[in-house]
Order: sequence, then C-alpha cells, then structure tokens
Amino acid sequence: MKLGKKLGLLSGLAAGVMLAATGIAQAADPLKVGFVYVGPVGDHGWTYEHNQGRLAVEKALGDKVKTSFVESVPEGADATRVITRLASTGHGLIFTTSFGYMNPTVRVAKRFPKVKFEHATGFKRADNVATYSARFYEGRHVIGLIAGKMTKTNVLGYVASFPIPEVIRGINAVAIAARSVNPKVTVKVVWVSSWFDPGKEADAAKALVDQGADVMLQHTDSPAPVQAAERRGIWAVGQASDMKAFGPKAHLTAIIDDWAPYYVERTKAVLDGTWKSGDVWGGFKSGMVKLSSYNSAIPADVVAMAEKARKGIIDGSVHPFAGPIKDQSGKVILKAGEVMDDKTMLGMNFYVEGVEGKIPQ
Amino acid sequence: MLLRLENRGEISRAMVYASPFIAVVLTLIAGVFLFAILGVNPVDAILSFFVTPISTLDGFAELFVKGTPLVLIGVGLSFGFQANVWNIGAEGQLTVGALAGGGLALLFFESESLFLLPAMVIAGTLGGMAWAAIPAFLKTRYNTNEILTSLMLVYVALLLLSYLIHGPWKDPEGQNFPESRLFPDAGILPVMIETTRMHAGWLFALAAVATGWILIARHIIGFQIRVTGMAPMAASFAGFKEKKIIWITLLMSGGAAGLAGMIEVSGPIQQIVPNISPGYGFTAIIVAFLGRLHPVGVLFAGLLMALTYLGGENAQIEMNLPNAVTGVFQGMLLFFLLAADVLIKYRVKFGGAKTSSTAAAGEAG
Amino acid sequence: MPEWFIPFLLSVVTASTPFVFAGIGELVVEKSGVLNLGVEGMMIVGAVSAFAVGVTTGSGALAVLTGAFAGAAMALIFGVLTLYLLSNQVATGLALTLFGLGLSALMGHGMVGKTFAGLPHLEFPLLEQIPVIGPLIGTLLLGHDVLVYFSVVLMIAVGWFLNKSRAGMVLRAVGENHNAAHSIGYPVNLVRLLAVLFGGAMAGLGGAYLSLVHTPLWVENMTAGRGWIALALVVFASWRPARVFVGAYLFGGLTIMQLHAQGLGIEIPPQVLAMAPYLATILVLVIISRDSALIRLNAPACLGKSFHATG
Repeated sequence: MKLGKKLGLLSGLAAGVMLAATGIAQAADPLKVGFVYVGPVGDHGWTYEHNQGRLAVEKALGDKVKTSFVESVPEGADATRVITRLASTGHGLIFTTSFGYMNPTVRVAKRFPKVKFEHATGFKRADNVATYSARFYEGRHVIGLIAGKMTKTNVLGYVASFPIPEVIRGINAVAIAARSVNPKVTVKVVWVSSWFDPGKEADAAKALVDQGADVMLQHTDSPAPVQAAERRGIWAVGQASDMKAFGPKAHLTAIIDDWAPYYVERTKAVLDGTWKSGDVWGGFKSGMVKLSSYNSAIPADVVAMAEKARKGIIDGSVHPFAGPIKDQSGKVILKAGEVMDDKTMLGMNFYVEGVEGKIPQ
Repeated sequence: MLLRLENRGEISRAMVYASPFIAVVLTLIAGVFLFAILGVNPVDAILSFFVTPISTLDGFAELFVKGTPLVLIGVGLSFGFQANVWNIGAEGQLTVGALAGGGLALLFFESESLFLLPAMVIAGTLGGMAWAAIPAFLKTRYNTNEILTSLMLVYVALLLLSYLIHGPWKDPEGQNFPESRLFPDAGILPVMIETTRMHAGWLFALAAVATGWILIARHIIGFQIRVTGMAPMAASFAGFKEKKIIWITLLMSGGAAGLAGMIEVSGPIQQIVPNISPGYGFTAIIVAFLGRLHPVGVLFAGLLMALTYLGGENAQIEMNLPNAVTGVFQGMLLFFLLAADVLIKYRVKFGGAKTSSTAAAGEAG
Repeated sequence: MPEWFIPFLLSVVTASTPFVFAGIGELVVEKSGVLNLGVEGMMIVGAVSAFAVGVTTGSGALAVLTGAFAGAAMALIFGVLTLYLLSNQVATGLALTLFGLGLSALMGHGMVGKTFAGLPHLEFPLLEQIPVIGPLIGTLLLGHDVLVYFSVVLMIAVGWFLNKSRAGMVLRAVGENHNAAHSIGYPVNLVRLLAVLFGGAMAGLGGAYLSLVHTPLWVENMTAGRGWIALALVVFASWRPARVFVGAYLFGGLTIMQLHAQGLGIEIPPQVLAMAPYLATILVLVIISRDSALIRLNAPACLGKSFHATG
C-alpha cells in the first residue's frame, strides 16, 4: 500500500503538469461558470430551479460559456474545497446557491481576487463577491390574499422548515395579506426541522388538515404537502417550482423561483467586463419571483384582486409589509402609512398578529 | 458452483498486502464498464476520480483535511468492533464533541489565550466521551443494546445542534441566520502548509494511529479487547471484566469522534453551522473495517475513502458526472475491497466441491 | 373523541407501515445470523424501481412486485459478498447503502416531477355506517390500502414461520449456532441467502410503500433515514415480529404526535419535540432489556459472523 501511494503521487504530479500545460493552451476559451448546489438536481425544488437557471445560461450564451456544477455539497468543511476547486480550475464566475456557503465563499474569494463570486441569500460581500436573493414574500403576499379568500375554516396551514428570517417573513407576509381580506384568518405553523423530507412534510400537512386547515402553504422543498392536500380535498400552494402535477385540483398557484434572468445577466456582465459586486434582492418586477398559472377554480374576482396586488407590487403602490402591523400581543410595530425597511425584513424574528404559536428560540 | 473457496489453513502474508490492489484493479475494470455505459470516456473518468483531485498541492492537502475525521474516528471505532461493542453512533458523538469544543470558543469569543485551543481539544474529547457514556451506562447497567441507543442518540445530538444554532448560539450580528459567530483566532487550529487548508488536526489523527498501534501491539488493554471479541468465555475466565471493556471501548471511540468533531469546527469550518459533518461517523465505520480494524490499515483506508469523495466532486466539475455516479462507484470499490480480503485466508479453486464425509466447519471473522 | 383523532390514527398507520415491512424483513435476516445494515440502500432502490414501474405501466400490483424484486436484487449483492466471499457484514451493509443511494438517483433521473395515482383502498361502506363505533372501526380496521393489510399478515406469518414451522426452526438454528446447524446437515449459507433475499424484498416493499402510497412521487434521498430506524426497531423488538410491529407504530405515532402538538400550539421548541420518538425508543428498550435472560434468548448468537464450511 505504501508503494501504491507513491505511485499514485507520482502519476498525480505528472497529470498535474499536463493539466497546467493544457490550461495555458486553452486560455482563450469560453467563460467557465461554476454552480455549487446544496441538494440534488432532482429535488424538484430549490436546487432544481437553480439548475434550470444554469441551463438557461447555456442556452442563452451558447458556446461563449461552459458551465459545470457540483450537487449535494454539504454546507460544512466540504463547501470551501469545492468552491476552491472550481476557482482553481479556471472558472471565472461561481454561483454558490445556499446560505450556508456564505463564509466559505468569502474565504475562497479572498484567495482568488480575479474570480467573480455570486452568493445566494447571504449578506457578506466583497469586491468580487456579490449577493442575490429573491423577494419571495411578494409572492407570498399574493397567495395570502388568495388563501384568505378561499378558506372556509379560516385556518391556513403552513409547513415550515427552520425558523430563519426568510421563512418567518413568508409566514408573516401570508398572515398579513390573508387577514387584510378576511380578518378571521389564523395561520397554524408546523416545523419539520428539515428542508427536505417528503414523508415528514406530508405528515405535517396532514396534521394541519386534521386541525382544521383548508389551505396548505409550505416553505419546504418537496411537493409532498401539495400532494397531501390534494388527497384531503383542500387547497394548496406550491413552492419553488410549479407543482400542479402533484395536485391538479388542490394547486391554487405556486411561487416560482426564476433565477434564469439573473444568471444570464450576470454571466453576460462578466463576458462584457462590466460585472460589479452588489446586492440584488429581486421580486416580481425583475422576474425573479413568479406565480404559476392560477387554478381555474379560483373565482374571477379573487384572480382580479390577486393580479391587482401583483401589479401593485411591481409599480410600487402595494407593499406586503405596509403599516399598520401589529405583533402577536397586539402591539403596533409599524405605524399606518409606513412601509418596513429592508433591514428589518431581512432579520425578521417575530410573528405578526394572526400567526399561532411562538417562534422557536 | 464453478468457483469455490478452499481454506489456506494459514494466513497468506502476500495476500494481506496484495488483496487491496487486486480489489482496486477489479474496481477499475468494473469502472470502465460503468463509465462506458454512462457514455463517458472511462480513462478520463478514472483519472479525474483518482489522479487529478490530488495533483495539486491544494488538492493533496485536502486529502488530509477530508481524511482527518475518517481516520481519527475509524481508529477509535476499531477497538470497540474488535471487542464486539457496536458503537454506530459516532456521528452523534462527533456532533456533541463539536458543540462542546466549539461552545468554548463561542463562550470566549474575544479570547486571545493560548490555552483556548488546548481547552477546546479537551472539551471536544470529553463531549464525545460523555455522549458515548450514555450507551455504555445503559449497556452495563440495564443491558440495553448499544446499537440502538448509540444510533438513536445520533438523531438527538443533531436535533440538539439544530436547536442551539437556531436559538441561543445564533450569531448576534448574523441577521438571525442559523450560524454561530466565527471563532476567535485563538480557537482556530493552525494551518500546517501555507495557502492550503491542511491543519494541525491531521497530527491528532496520526497520534491516534500511533497510540492505537501501541495499544494493540504492546498493551494489556489491547490484548483484553481482542480476546473479549474473539472468545468472550475465555476472556471472562481470564478475569477480564466485560463491563470494563464496554466502558473503555465506548469512551475511546466516543472521545475520538468528539475530538474529530471539535477539529472539524475549529479547523476547516471555524464556526458552528447546522451541518457539521456529512456523515463522517457512519463512513468511519466502513473505514474501520476496510482497514481491517488495525490502526495502520485504518490510516490508508481513511485516505482512500477521502480520495473517492474528492474524486466524486472533481468528476462532477470536469466530466459533468452526476453525484449519483460517485455513490455507485464508491459502492463498487468498497464491495471489491471487502470481498478481496477473502483471499487472505482462502484460495479460489475452479470446479465443484469434492464431497467429504467429515464436514468440518470453520469460521472466518 | 376530538374530530382530528381518526385522521390522526390514519396518518400513524401510513407513517408506520414502511417501518413494519423493512423491520420485519431485517428481523428474519438477523434471526438467520446475518446483520445487514444496508436497509436504507435497499429501501431507496425499492422506492425508485416501484415508482418507475408504477408510472410507466400504471399497474399498482406490478409496481409493488418490482419494488420487492429490486430490494431483493440489492440484497443478492450483499448476500453473495458476505456469505460466499465472506466479506464483513457491517461494512458491506453500509457500502450497500452508499451504493443504493447513488444507484437510485441514477435510476430515478427521468422520474422527478412525475406522479402516481396510488394503490387501491379496501372499502367496506356498510360497516362504517354503524353509529358511534362505526367510524372508529372503519378507520382502524378498514379502508386502508392493501399493503397495510399485507403488513399485518406479514407480521403474523413471520411470527408463525419462526416459531412454529420446521423451516423457521432451521433458520433459527442457523442463526443460533451455524457450526452445529452445519453438522446436522442444514445448508447454512443457502438458508442465510434466502433470509437475506427476503429481507431485501421486504425493505424494497417498505421503500415502495413510501413512493407509491405515503408520498406517491420520486425525489432523491426520499427515504430520509427510515432504513436506519427500521434497523433500530429490530433491536428494540428484541427480535420478535409482533414487537417490531408495536415499535413501528410507537415510533410512527410519536412522530405524528409531535407534529400535531406543534399545531396545537404547545410551546416546546420543535427540535426538542422531534427528539421524543428517539428518546422514547431508548427508554422503552431500557425498560424491557432489564430482564437480560429474555434478551439473550431472542438475540441470535451468531449475529454478524461469517460462516465457511470446509469440505
């Protein structure tokens, strides 16, 4: 075995020299764009949509780019290695698509100042590290309105993953919107402590139905809650991708993450030499957040109301977190006429009136 | 059957060393078929699995970063497995070790003391030991099977981590995201090779290998452990206390796993995050057996296993091979490695078995 | 009786059934003296195969059979390696899990986003109309999918097989003392191989239940560690089929209960609530293992040891 290691090392070095040589020869090659995914491409949720974005880049820019990805990269010690590997194998632009890659991305970016990095959902930036995220809460405002109108039991069920601001913001956006059209609505939340466990998500959804919920919302990644809703004969809203196939009757609409326009734009910017670090938090307006087609069972006036809100968000006349907003104790935390600033929204750590239970701390 | 195994009657020294190479060759042959079926150039694929990942200084150093927890935990587990004490909860012990060691760094986040790091090492080890002490206590006191208790405690430990990182241990300036503060410099393991991530944790892995070797070869405890595993009756006649062996082996493996957890958070991660280990505690079980429960074997097995992970990532980047292929390829490699060890005690014969009137039965560990 | 109680029980049945299949299968394997830690890998391959066949053919029966067959095929790899090439059982089982997770992802490549109608349910409309107890009986006993009934039959059949049948006696003898069994002329490795194949088929069936009934869809890693729980349940049950069944329902029940508890607004952090099934399993096992003689009686003495007959 010792001999084997030496042999391996020798041939390794030889291959390294070869690799370096070919690297020089291919200097004028297409821009290599790397993607780091937290889940498998086949999760039909978060990672799936990022991969759709990657494919869109390939489609839009053809042979000017070459993309590669690494899937199911754990958000621990391995992330730094994978990002380093991408940076050191000639990738000029690297998208790291999960919050847990923040510090690894920043760390690697320091070592590779010429490589551009794009980190999703984080808040640490550098000259060569930009951040981007989507205002999913805009979509949740619209589904909250629809849910508030569609519910008969006045209980909305919410299958949630982990108590982070992103998820809490979504819950609050739904509660505020639903209560604006139906003040009797309450939101029941069940945490499954996982982003991805179809069985548990389905069980959580069923538990919520059993406790009276008749519209199922989710902030976990699998289509299982939609499917569970379909079987129990209640409504549901899909997450990340169109999940209509899993509940044709139940599926009211879905919030779709569409990373394609952003990925194409940023890749073009690198090609043109105009890439700059920054922070993009895009919503309906930039096309990063979309809604899939509305269920034909939704009454026309509700659709009209939903569309009005969506257009209002785009033109700025509607803000999902507009005062007055009360917290659970009834205390006013945002006065009438004011809208919440991004910083408060980003760190949101309280429930608004109408959400049941307490945030796990 | 056309092929049959015949007992060599003694261990083949040649095969002890040759069998891994036979296995690797067989894996490469099978790999050629696998990659050909998937429509990729087999030579390129195998190079990108085994060679290019460690062809740079960075990559070579990563081999040790990835190998450190596998070797460390693998050595610790190998003792228990020799004594038939089945700790399969190293993942949980790792997590608690990381929490204990890392918790200290968070508690003294402004510390510049030289004592912080040694204290974290001790806390991490003790944390892992404490978590392993639960199955040990339940086993010795209530006769509760340690396979179940140690495994269940993995889930409890992971949920504990999840609770802490979403609650009290959240970085106060981290916008409520589930991550702790970054550790102070005094709580970070020094890097051994500039510009790479190879940290001092590898020394602990080497130390564990050396200690393990001495224990096995020279120390009475090592002897007692082996006898307990092979012949429990004899062990009890000889006066070895079964309970003592259970405690020692569980504490050793728990301590090693706890230390590995602390090294992970203090070395490459440098903060507490929701996912500290991608299953090192489970992978190390395979590593322990691949290394034939011998510390030096574990050392090589751990590095080989680490290489397949690096290779898998690299094959995704270079060849666009999905991650799933890594799992299949790893599985095949392990199957061959495990099966090839049969050649140490047996030789393969062609042709049917002769009928024999004295059918004696033998056992092969 | 609160309104949510009956649906609650239904959820428990669905959540527990995969554990019953995989657990009872593994129990038979372990009774023959073999420890196969690859349950998770066999389950996930069973899940993807069953789903693929279900979607392409539309036949539930064919899908279920395929799931079992695929699990058995995985088990065959394990059986040949450990029984005939004498590789270490613990490590080979773990390797089987790694292999299965990868293989299932490869196989399921085109299956993401598809859906399956589910299995037929047995309906008994008349019985359910009995007042008061009708709905309760209806929920507890009737109206489940066919596999739930099969899981009960399986438990009874395996219990009978192990304790009452001659073949079961041989299997236990092989697990208890393979040398003695061999010297009386029992084909040790053949018995073990059959047990391993059966265990694989049942794990595959458990996986199929997930992808066809529990959540009729395919996504990678969808078994999410359930194979490990099934393994633990065999130990928990001290190798008795009825106790595997009870253990599966205890575990499934507690899992569902903690989700319900959250919906009812109990103010305990969800992570702490989620620990409940694991801690309860330990606690119950501690209580039942205090009688050490009983455990020793049930635990197969040759568990995990290879056997090779020289001849």
